[in-house]
Amino acid sequence: MPETSHQDQPADGVPKDRAEWMGLLARAPERDLEAAWQALAPNLPEAGTGEYEFLRAPEQGLVMVQGRAGGDGNAFNLGEMTVTRCAVRLADGTVGHGYVAGRSARHAELAAVFDGLLQTDRWAALVTDRVILPVKTALGMAKAAKAAKTAATKVEFFTMVREQGAGPE
Amino acid sequence: MYVAVKGGEKAIDNAHALLAEERRGDTDVPELSLDQIKGQMGLAVDRVMGEGSLYDPDLGALAIKQAMGDLVEAVFLLRAYRTTLPRFAVSTPVDTAAMTIRRRISATFKDLPGGQVLGPTFDYTHRLLDFALAEDGPERKESAEKTDEGDGAAMTGPMPRVTDLLGREGLVERETGSEAATATDAPAADLTREPLGFPAGRDVRLQNLARADEGFLLALGYSTQRGYGRTHPFAGEIRMGEVAVEIVPEELGFAIEIGDITVTECQMINQFAGSATEPPQFTRGYGLVFGRSERKSMSMALVDRSLRARELGEDIVAPAQDEEFVLYHSDNVEAQGFVQHLKLPHYVDFQSELVLVRALREEAEARRREAAE
Amino acid sequence: MTTVRYATAPGAGLALGLKDPVHGAQTVFRAVLRAMSRPGEIQDLTMALGPTFAPPHPLVPAAAAVCLALLDLDTRLWIDGGGDGAAAYLRFHTGAPIADAPDEADFAVIADGAMIPRLDAFSPGTDELPERSATLIVQVAGLNSRTGEGAWRLSGPGIDGTADLAIGGLRDGMAEELAVNFRRFPRGVDLILCAGARVAALPRTTKVEAL
Repeated sequence: MPETSHQDQPADGVPKDRAEWMGLLARAPERDLEAAWQALAPNLPEAGTGEYEFLRAPEQGLVMVQGRAGGDGNAFNLGEMTVTRCAVRLADGTVGHGYVAGRSARHAELAAVFDGLLQTDRWAALVTDRVILPVKTALGMAKAAKAAKTAATKVEFFTMVREQGAGPE
Repeated sequence: MYVAVKGGEKAIDNAHALLAEERRGDTDVPELSLDQIKGQMGLAVDRVMGEGSLYDPDLGALAIKQAMGDLVEAVFLLRAYRTTLPRFAVSTPVDTAAMTIRRRISATFKDLPGGQVLGPTFDYTHRLLDFALAEDGPERKESAEKTDEGDGAAMTGPMPRVTDLLGREGLVERETGSEAATATDAPAADLTREPLGFPAGRDVRLQNLARADEGFLLALGYSTQRGYGRTHPFAGEIRMGEVAVEIVPEELGFAIEIGDITVTECQMINQFAGSATEPPQFTRGYGLVFGRSERKSMSMALVDRSLRARELGEDIVAPAQDEEFVLYHSDNVEAQGFVQHLKLPHYVDFQSELVLVRALREEAEARRREAAE
Repeated sequence: MTTVRYATAPGAGLALGLKDPVHGAQTVFRAVLRAMSRPGEIQDLTMALGPTFAPPHPLVPAAAAVCLALLDLDTRLWIDGGGDGAAAYLRFHTGAPIADAPDEADFAVIADGAMIPRLDAFSPGTDELPERSATLIVQVAGLNSRTGEGAWRLSGPGIDGTADLAIGGLRDGMAEELAVNFRRFPRGVDLILCAGARVAALPRTTKVEAL
């Protein structure tokens, strides 16, 4: 895939491919992306990349979510969820896509713009540093906090004699 | 015969205005915000999303507010709204084995790999009204409810599904499609595109049950336990948490995640069966629903198993095994529509019956008089 | 159904869709609705689409706009003589899957009305489900509300008496095929004719007579 060629980034934690950063942009709080954009945008026009046009303006729609019978059997349709998508074309012709759960046009737009910038040699490192890695850290911390609270509800059984063959090993 | 069917516009406008006033209630009390509903009435929002078949907590909260807490009405609002949106994609099936677990219990194995994780549950509460919650304001001691933290790393280890563990030993039936030999490439049937037909495939049944009315499924599931089509169920595993939703936009050609959704999954392990060719093994029922909906996912798993009676060669003797009965009556939007349509003018229908009854009575009266003379 | 594979980085060379997808599509939908309910009456989308709307060759603005308004993931599209550029553009903006054969299509785009396949190549629906029929979006050389040599006289629902329409660049024999199409009601295909930014419709209920 030509669009995933910027994957040889060296630093730890740096998204290995476009799918990963798109997933992070989709999950990032919109206000964080907006703040990052406001901070970055003044720097962009100097390289002629600050401008972008909508290849496909932000549009709300649905994704049919599928499950599998028994968790691992044939697929079935569980129900739909809202999604907003957007495609932008940067001044240099790079196309960025945003697919974001929910109904925020701005979130999808920002995700698409950052996706575009991350594909450019000129901006990939900066956007990774200022946008992607902070988002990844914040999402990771939120997940860890939730996991810690959940872990506290894990049952520790105290049994006198360990039953034989009571459970699968 | 024609009767007046127009008119009443003014009354209707005023009825709507009155409804809006009732919805708002006492204006000295602050108005509910959607964030409050989403954050503090989360299980209601989850139910509305599940039965509305549309995952969007903001819209769920809005629907509940607009419907004044009437959840079936709120479900109706979501169903109506979703018809206004185009569908962009069908997701790859969510992987519940990779769920970020927030609750996971098994009634069949005490010591299962990954452990029993209670999560936020009503179980073990005493169902005593907590009057502390009735007190407003900052004097309530939030700190008393501060939760402990455990070793979060323990939650990232493998949490195999109980059915996978039993499956390795061949003690539980394998799902069709779980092995390459039985996988079907056919796209799953979609009730939102093709009307229900019979016999219904498992995909149609599961989609129908996933959006079915919780009360209806609960009663049906209960009926199987009480003997109307027994399936001898064990709650093999119930897990709740977040799964990633992945789509493959064609213009990209690779899979991307668009976000996470909360789901509850129930794996029922049921009555074993064997045959001349198959050694005895447990059968299964499956439940998967949007949001935190343990009761619904368990009921769904019970009914899913009951509806498999035909393919498992069981006699169909009870309502929960009758797919036409279950699938045609499970949808509360359809059901409330047909029940409530009785409110619509039936003036002409009724007039004709009235005329008929009067005529019959006159006839009977005349016969009686004749007989008396 | 097959999927169009993009030879190059997707989107880099793609033309833009409607500037405002929702309201733009609604405006176009209204125009199509009007055209369908007033067969032969020409709708002009020039103002609605604006000067920047430039779909890829060979799609004309009206045909592209009708596609953007009517197609989605659930409508199978068959393209006759559109080339990969048109298919990629419509796939990207609408998500419509591409049908392998005309009789599998819900919508068909005919790039050149002079080369339109026979109408019986497309699905006419069934007597029980006539809405399962195909809608043909046919690009023609010209549309004029004039009478005389080469024009057609239209009559039927939505037409006060008769209406005359001159269609440029439509294959010979179409009047006869439309007569057959008219007679198999409720089955039949519907035609949306597009010339530049102009649209007119010939639904299956319209009777066509060559003058």
